[in-house]
This record gives sequence, structure tokens and C-alpha cells, in this order.
Amino acid sequence: MAKSALLKSSLAKKYWMAFTGLFLCLFLVGHLFGNLQLLIPVSEGARDQFNEYALFMTTNPAVKVLSYLTYFSIIFHAIDGIALTINNRKARPQGYVSFKPSTNTMWSSRNMGILGTVILAFIVVHMTMFWGEMKFGGLDETIYTTANGEEVKDLYTLTIKTFQDAEFGLLWAIAYGVAMLAIAFHLSHGFSSGFQSLGINHPKYNVFIKKIGMAFAILIPLAFAVIPFYIHFVLEKI
Amino acid sequence: MGVFESKAPKGPLAEKWTNHKNDINLVNPANKRNIDVIVVGTGLAGGSAAATLAELGYNVKTFCYQDSPRRAHSIAAQGGINAAKNYQGDGDSIYRLFYDTIKGGDYRSREANVYRLAEVSGNIIDQCVAQGVPFAREYGGLLDNRSFGGVLVSRTFYAKGQTGQQLLLGAYSAMNRQINRGKIQAFNRHEMLDIVKVDGKARGIIARNLVTGELERHSAHAVVIASGGYGNVFFLSTNAMGSNVTASWKIHKKGAYFANPCFTQIHPTCIPVSGDHQSKLTLMSESLRNDGRIWVPKKKEDAEAIRAGKKKPTELSEEERDYYLERRYPAFGNLVPRDVASRAAKERCDAGFGVNKTGEAVYLDFSSAIMRYGKEAATTQKIDNPSEAKIKELGKEVVEAKYGNLFQMYEKIVDQNPYETPMMIYPAVHYTMGGVWVDYNLQTTIPGCYAIGEANFSDHGANRLGASALMQGLADGYFVLPYTIGNYLSQDIRTGKIPTDSPEFDEAEKEVRERIEKFINNKGTKSVDHFHKLLGKIMWNKVGMARNAEGLKEAIEEIKQLREEFWKDVKVPGSADEMNAELEKAGRVADFLELGELFAKDALHRNESCGGHFREEYQTEEGEALRDDENFMYVAAWEYTGNPGEAVLHKEELDYENIEVKTRSYK
Amino acid sequence: MNLTLKIWRQKNADTKGKVVTYQVADISPDMSFLEMMDVLNEQLIEKGDEPVAFDHDCREGICGSCNLQINGEPHGPDRGVTTCQLHMRRFKDGDTIVIEPFRAKAFPVIKDLVVDRSSFDRIQQAGGYISVNTSGNTQDANSIPIEKDNADMSFYAATCIGCGACVAACKNASAMLFTAAKVSQFALLPQGEVEADRRVLQMVEQMDKEGFGNCTNTGACEIECPKGISLENIARMNREYLKASVK
Repeated sequence: MAKSALLKSSLAKKYWMAFTGLFLCLFLVGHLFGNLQLLIPVSEGARDQFNEYALFMTTNPAVKVLSYLTYFSIIFHAIDGIALTINNRKARPQGYVSFKPSTNTMWSSRNMGILGTVILAFIVVHMTMFWGEMKFGGLDETIYTTANGEEVKDLYTLTIKTFQDAEFGLLWAIAYGVAMLAIAFHLSHGFSSGFQSLGINHPKYNVFIKKIGMAFAILIPLAFAVIPFYIHFVLEKI
Repeated sequence: MGVFESKAPKGPLAEKWTNHKNDINLVNPANKRNIDVIVVGTGLAGGSAAATLAELGYNVKTFCYQDSPRRAHSIAAQGGINAAKNYQGDGDSIYRLFYDTIKGGDYRSREANVYRLAEVSGNIIDQCVAQGVPFAREYGGLLDNRSFGGVLVSRTFYAKGQTGQQLLLGAYSAMNRQINRGKIQAFNRHEMLDIVKVDGKARGIIARNLVTGELERHSAHAVVIASGGYGNVFFLSTNAMGSNVTASWKIHKKGAYFANPCFTQIHPTCIPVSGDHQSKLTLMSESLRNDGRIWVPKKKEDAEAIRAGKKKPTELSEEERDYYLERRYPAFGNLVPRDVASRAAKERCDAGFGVNKTGEAVYLDFSSAIMRYGKEAATTQKIDNPSEAKIKELGKEVVEAKYGNLFQMYEKIVDQNPYETPMMIYPAVHYTMGGVWVDYNLQTTIPGCYAIGEANFSDHGANRLGASALMQGLADGYFVLPYTIGNYLSQDIRTGKIPTDSPEFDEAEKEVRERIEKFINNKGTKSVDHFHKLLGKIMWNKVGMARNAEGLKEAIEEIKQLREEFWKDVKVPGSADEMNAELEKAGRVADFLELGELFAKDALHRNESCGGHFREEYQTEEGEALRDDENFMYVAAWEYTGNPGEAVLHKEELDYENIEVKTRSYK
Repeated sequence: MNLTLKIWRQKNADTKGKVVTYQVADISPDMSFLEMMDVLNEQLIEKGDEPVAFDHDCREGICGSCNLQINGEPHGPDRGVTTCQLHMRRFKDGDTIVIEPFRAKAFPVIKDLVVDRSSFDRIQQAGGYISVNTSGNTQDANSIPIEKDNADMSFYAATCIGCGACVAACKNASAMLFTAAKVSQFALLPQGEVEADRRVLQMVEQMDKEGFGNCTNTGACEIECPKGISLENIARMNREYLKASVK
């Protein structure tokens, strides 16, 4: 019984949701630290630093393991979420004429599926634009020669140009900002919910977890969102 | 069999039960598998009996009208459960619990039964703790106790104000274990509508499936009635809306004697009636009297001003208040037994001192308890020279921890804050000490038919002490019936399954069906509740807290008339083959209309005042109950002979070998 | 006061239901919600119509029978009360009140506002007990001291009345709060710890079988619970289950 309990039961779905979700929170922190390097002025060698970092991230075996874990988490989190949503719809075949969930729940907690879908769409676009371009885009005018003389994609220039583009730069930044808003709402429920699902709940620490969760949900997406606007409006043009 | 004889074992009081258990026949485990037992009602008595019988190996079928056994009205018991554990070291003992119960019951209960009850009481607590009932505990991890009305020791175990709930959930969990094992089949949303007798023995029941309306036949080697009391004969009571006398009344009509129907407990601390729309009354646990002080204004003018809304109770100084229980009964004060407290409230209100709009309410005041606890808390918390506001705040915290849920309930219903202004309370019908007559083995006068819990009459005499109902229900169910029923069932090991296609079952089902059809086809003009309310009014006004011969005679006539009218003019909408709440109620009220008459007849014949039965003609000069031991020290067991008015009286004389019969005094 | 009631009517489990509108007049603010329903039913009986079927029994908020979805919330707009404890002073003259049965696949409608909650019973039958015999040959009650805090927490979990408001309020129709309360009650006591693993695995398995939804931690159940059963219990069950399933 114990085995199937960890795979099939309703609680198992929660555990996996929480595990992958909290892992993705960690990933966000790592990703943010990388991105923050985009704020370094061009004149201070930002291009080199960022591209070397990108290279490290794509080649280091340990990072590779982590990145596969991340892909897996994203996919599993999404599939599990879809399965949960379908299952939960089935649990109430006949709906209410009058149902007022706003009286007892937060909007975000009820709309994790929608928020998740927006985020998934963002991830797809995001991956095609940067990661996909990096991996499969081929070498065109944006070439970066690494310290060991290898020629790779110049991810830095690609990124900066995207957001500094005269025609679409601002639109991209806004779209990015909207996606970050979705992540913020998703996290505002997801962070503390993950702890609850794993059974980490104690009257003494609940407030703390809730507060950290809220801070996390606001600060991390905000920091992400600031970067494209900074690139567009503040950073010297390249 | 089927004799009217107490069967109380001979020998010294303390050894009766042990000797009896050693003497009675047992059924071997292999044979138990071939024996079926029906339990009607799944409250504390029924639930615990069903679980224990199933555990012993019998095949048990339980029946309840609720959608789950866990909803039986035992769940609403608030205050606690008594047990002679003497954990507090205050001199409690089995004998003292026995003595208090007999005295509290005004010397109208059977000595041997009560002693047995006290004897097994300690075991109940052990059992419940083992089952995981979360009783209140002290910081040391041991069980806490509180004191209750009518006694001088602390022997009441409790779980905040939800003791009944916790105990019932314990019994229900024990049932669940047996349901899971397949030893109990639970028929929920089923109502027993008749008993089936074969060769004079109880061999089954006819039950109506309340969802489909189908009539079902269920056979068994014995039938246990655990369907509770009949307080709803008053329409307004603290009982659940569905609580009814039907199961008890059906067996009464088939041969079980009905004992002391007039012994009804009016509970002193209920929320007063607020209007004609009222459907039921809400009890506030008697435990509140531990800390609350009961009073009315000393001056009538003040009472009138309060009634008119011109004055507030908090404006009255100590000197202007009449703490009438403390005045009349200095030894027990606010903790006098329920019947005494109820009558005293009625006396004050009748005299014009009532404090709500209808003049039928007295105050239950916590202000001095709040101050007392506040000072204690300030001392333990080492707060020097606390301000009055601080003391009040601390005191409120203590009171909230003790009675929080009750206070909240009060506030929801009355819309007043009981921490700031005194509660208003008034007596209401609560418990019926009377019930189906049973012998020492809890068997009725129908062989094979048993009655346990509130449904029987056995242990509380003319008045029940607080926190004793839960004790009796569980004692009967866990520890008494499962033994005594074996003695009877030991004759049935070769009987085999009882067939349900016998003429007896045909006949019983036919009767039930005809009665249901009569309701459905009656096409009268008045609803069932209309008649129930009228019955309740007659009962409350003439057969209530104080009774007299003239009123009782009138009541008997009025009930008879009302019953005739009911059968002529009751209107039951819908059909018989569906869920039909009106049809269910009609059946129950029809039985109440018969019981009501017997009730009044019993009250009329008992020319004395004792316990919950107060006859105005029989009182002392100070207004205390005047018992007549010479002529009425007996159980009045009534035999049905075709009409409640013509019931035949049988007397079971009560012998007190171990107790000196005294005038009950709480002064 | 005068009110407009929109009530779900459904003859039985096999027929389709619909919302029917009724008017009631002269409702006193001191009435309980169910007493208002009584007035409506008396009115219907008088007219020769069938009264509205609804579950109710103790009318003091403890039996857990009553279960109406009132204006989109289980047990109506008040917190910490059951339907029978809701009073009409909570409403205004002229209000329209929508009254529906609790909705969940695991709570099929029997008639009108009455639903079948036997799924709750089955969850408890799956393991909501301590396997001790009721023979009375148990050890003395005080032989196992229990930390007061744990005893109190166990008590609070055990005050669940099994009304189903948690399921009704949950957008997923999940029975986690109910099941968790039952699991917690025993898990917190040394007597219950012995078979804690078996209990939680079996009860959750049964809960899933009954067709309740999953918990997504929205917290609606805790807020709508008339007895204020805490989400802590769900976390405790999550822990208990995790512990039991990795063993």
C-alpha cells in the first residue's frame, strides 16, 4: 500500500506539487542572480561576464543535472496541476447557482491553474527566445569568443538588443512584466501552500512562513521585472 | 418469561452484580455467530451496546432515523459524565455515588440497579480513555474533574461543553470498527415502526426506509430499544427535533410495561422562549451553575422596569438582588439539584420577578466569578495591584476557557454578550426519567426485548442528577446489557435464523402499512405541527413543572379530544413511497398523543410530590416537595390494554435495604 | 420582514432539480434560519404543496445534520455557526436568499436540500477508531498521562461535527479537513499512535475512493467550518501520511 500511496493517492499529488514547486522557487533565486548581472554597465565588461556565466551554466555537469531537474519539475508541476484540475472539476459535477468563494479564499489560491497556464506559455516563449536561440539558433552576427577561444552565441547582446529594440523593446519588457505578475500571484499562494502540503505547519511558525512567502512572491518577480525596463530605459545602448 | 419481577439478585449490595454475572448463562463464541440482535437507536446506550455485542460475536443490526449513528441526540449533552474514581481524593466512593443518585432520585429508583451503575462508572472512564476520548486534563497530564448539581464532591469528567459529543464519537468509533469487520450492519435513515413477536418473544421489527419509504422486515433473536426519551411530548424541549417515543410506545402497546411516565426532568438552565415561532429550546450546561449565580431583583418595581427595558440588570446593586437559591438553600446554594432549581425559578417568576419580556426568565450572573478568577490569575501571574479592568480581563479569559463555547452559543441565539450582562435562563423539559419498565437484566416485560439508556426507567428515580445520563447510557450499553442479554440468548443457540415470512411479520407489516396509508389518505386541513404544538401547550401548562389534580383531569380530557381531532383532521402531504418528513412526524405525534394521556394519568395517580413530579397539593409550608413514602414508594408500571386511558397499574415496591430513606434536603 | 427565497427543489436522486422561488412574510429577526424554513413549510402544507425537505435535528449546532448552502456559503454568511444557529437578524427586509444543497459528487442529492453524506461514515469506518475492546478490562484511565496541550488539540480536532461544510465550501469539493480532523484526533494521543500509520493510509484511500476532490490549500474549509477546525490538522495528516507511506 505504501508504494501506491506515494504515487497514486490524492496526497501524493500534493506532495509532488509541493516538492516541484518549492524546488522551482529555488531555481528562481538562482536564475535571478544570473539575470542581475544584466544590470552591470556595459562599460564594466558586462558582456564578458554574462556570457562566461551563461557558458558555465550550459556546460557545467552539476548545473546540467540541476537544469534537467528543473525541466522535469516544470513539466511534472504542469502535468500534475492539469491532472488535479481535471480531477477536482469531476468532484463537483453539479455546480452551485450561487457560489461566493471570494468570501473565504484569496483570488490567487483559486486560480492557480489559470496563473500556471499563463506562466507555462511564458516559459515556452521565453525558452524559444533565449535558451532555444542559444542552443539551436546557430551562429550569426552575435558571436562571443570565450576565454578558451571557443565561439558561442553572444547571449548578452541578444538579450540587451531584444529589450533595447526601438520598435518592440518596450512591448517585450511589458509582456515580461505581465508574466512576472502572474508568477507573483502564483507564488503568493504557492510558496506557503507548498509548506502546508508537506505538513510543515506550526502555529508558531505559520505567520513567518506566510510572510516569507509573501515577500518572496513580491520581491523575486519584481526584481526579475525590473531588469528589462532597466535595460530599455537606463542601460547605455549597444 | 415476561414476568413483572425486578429479578434483583439477593445478597449483599456490593456483591450483587459480581455474583449475578457469575451465575448467568453464557453463549459460546461459535454460537454467538448464529445469533442476531437488533439495536434501535445509536446514541450512547445503543451505540455502545451495538459495538460491544458485535465485539462479543453477535450479528448486530442497528437502526437510527438520522443519516449517521453519530448524530443521535446524546451528542448534545454538554456538562460531563460522573464516575466514582475519587481522583480528586475528596472522599468519593462507589457508595457515595450510589447514595447521591438514590437521594437525588428522591428514593424512587431500584437500589440494586443504582449500585451497579455506580460500580461500573469507573470502568466507563477507563474504557473511554482507551478509545481516545479527549477528556479535559490538568497540566500534569491527568484527568480533570468538575462538580455538578446535587453532590458535594468533584466526580464529573468532561470535555469542555461537549462531553456528550466526545463520548458518542467514542461509541461511534467502536461501532465503526465493528462495521468495518462486518459485524454491525448499520441501517441509517430507518425508523422502527413496530416490533414483531413470535410465540410471545421479540423476534424482529418492521422498519421504514426513510429515503425510499419502503417497509422492511428485520428479524433477530433479541431486540434492544435504545431510542431515548420522550421529552418532545411537550413540543418545546431541549431534545432534538426528531427525538420521539415511537419505538418505546410500540413495544408498550405490544406488552412492555411503561414505568413512571410522569417523572420528567425540567432543566433549570435553558435559554428562555423568545416567541411563538420557537421550534426547540437550547440548554446551557448545568456546569454553568458552578460559577454563575442565579438571581432576580428583590423589588418587583425593578423587575417590571427591567421587563419594560427601562433598567439594566447591571444597574442593580448587590443589595437590590435576590440570590434566591443561596438564600433558600445555603448548603448547596446554586448547586441544588435540577428539580429544586427549576421550581425555585418558576416560583420567583410566578411571583412577578421574571426578567425578560414574557416574565419567564431569571439571571445567571458571572460577574463575581469573573472577578474571582481574575484575582486568582493576577496572583499566579504575579501582577501587583492589578487594576479592576485588568482583573476583569484576566477573569474573562478564565471563564472563556471554561465555558467559551456555551457563551458563544448564548450570544448567537440571544444577541447579548454574557460576559458583560447576565445571562437569562428559564427551565425547560430536558430528560425523562420514566420509560420502559425493565428488570435487573434490562429486559422489558416482553421476553427478548430489552430497553437501555434514557428509554428505560431504571436508575434515576424521580429526578436525575447532572452528568448521570451519559453514565447510565454507557453503563447499560458497554457493561450491563452485553452480559445480561447472554443469559436470554443462551436458550437460542439452536433456534437458527428467524424467518421474516411468518404470519407474525405479515400481520405487523400490514398494521404499519395501514396506519401510514391512513395518514396519507386522510386529507385533513391542519399540519402535524399544529397538533404537536397544541399537545405541548396542554402538557406544559397542566402536566409541567407543577401539577394539580384538577389540571391533570382537564389535561387527560383535552389530550383525548386532541387525539380524536388529530386523526380526523391531520394533513400529511406527499406520498408514502418517498422521503416524507411530514409522514414521519405524523407517526411520532400520533404516539405522543397517546403517551401524553398516560403521562397525565400517571401524574394524577401519584398523590405526592417527589423529584421532577411536583403536585401542588403536596408541599410543605415552605413550598418544598412532600413525599409520601408510605403509599407511593413504588414504581408505577403501566400495562397497555387497548387505550392509554385504561392502562392497568402494576406496582413494583421499592425496598431500601442499604439506605435510610430520608427527606431530601439541600438546605 | 419579508423575504424572497430561491430554493433548490428536486423530487429524488433520479430526477433533475430546479430553483423555485417562494415568498415568506412576517419573519421575526429572532427566528433561526430553520424556523424560517418551518414557516415556509407550514405555508406550503397549507396550500397543499409539498414542503421543502432539509436535514436538521438537534437545532443547537452539535449534531451536524443541518447543511444548507445559503447565498453561496455553507451555513450562510455567519462564521462559526451551523445553519440552525444562523438567525434571521443577519438578513434584511426584502432580501433574496438562495438556498441550495451542499454540492459534491460524494454527496449525491436525495431530495430537495437533503444530501447523502454516508461517504463520511465510510471514511471513518476505514480506520477512524482505536482498536480496543469495549469489554471494560482496560487499564486505569490515569495510567497514561497525556500532555494537556495534546489532549486539548485532540479535543479541538474531535469537535468536528461532520456536517460537510468543508466539502461544500471547497472549490474542489475536497474532504481533507474532515478526514484530517478525524486522523488528528487519534494521532495526537498515545492511545491512537499505535495504529496511526494504518489508520491514515486507509482513511485517505477511502477518501479518494469516494470521489472527493484534491486539496489545493485555498483554506475555504477552515473559514466556513462551523466548529473552526484548523488547517493545522490537514498539515498533520499530510505529515502522518508521508511518514506512513515512506515506511
